[in-house]
Amino acid sequence: MTERVPMREVTLVLPMAPDMELVASQAASALAHFVGMPADRVDEVRMAVVEACINAFEHSHAPDRRVDITFLVWGDGEPERLEVHVHDAGVGFSPADVEDPRIENKIRDSRKRGWGLKIIQGLMDEVRIQSGTRGTTVIMSKRRGGGIRES
Amino acid sequence: MTEGLKLRVDRRDGLAVIYTEGYINNQGGEEIARAAYSLLDEGYRRLLLNLTGTKIINSIGISILIEIIEKMLEIDGRLAFCELTPTIEKTFHIMGLAQYASIHPDESAALALLRP
Repeated sequence: MTERVPMREVTLVLPMAPDMELVASQAASALAHFVGMPADRVDEVRMAVVEACINAFEHSHAPDRRVDITFLVWGDGEPERLEVHVHDAGVGFSPADVEDPRIENKIRDSRKRGWGLKIIQGLMDEVRIQSGTRGTTVIMSKRRGGGIRES
Repeated sequence: MTEGLKLRVDRRDGLAVIYTEGYINNQGGEEIARAAYSLLDEGYRRLLLNLTGTKIINSIGISILIEIIEKMLEIDGRLAFCELTPTIEKTFHIMGLAQYASIHPDESAALALLRP
């Protein structure tokens, strides 16, 4: 069996500090452009990465107060798919216990937040969550998309 | 790291337009809410949020927009959005905001619906 190697791998370590999610979004944008995604899909990756970072910042309680982000470009000859891993070394959570937010409830609820995972799942092609006592990793990916690759 | 959100308010007959420029995060959302509630205090019941200068938003900022929507429902007012990027519009649809606030491609379409 041949071990697959990504065409490009970029890692970022971000402190959990205000607006650091924008640093991740800039890297996401650059890698999504490299994959050849059209502008709308690039923006969708950016927003999903912002949400994953904010979730880690807000909910992980990671003692090291950092988020590790890995961008992997996969393809056979040319870039076809961008995969993003957003990892924190926090307390973890059970994804099955996360309530699916509904606007009709949120509109009258005092707690209006809790949309991050729903947004990520809506914007990315595939999303997996690995979570346990060693922290949480959100793994999300998006294909280049239809149409001609942008130069 | 980023400059704060910039807002501009345009008061017209019976309605007000809030123009945003920059990132709508928690601080940006709070600024929009302050501007919106100030307009409500002035008697405006129809508000349009023109996001033409906003290319990125996060869920905390959107949650504050939901608070504004709730307030508008309480007072029987109307809130609409226009000039959203395709990703922001898609996100609003994922969240279901379009059930409670109309979304328009441009300002003239929004104003045609909002005008008293």
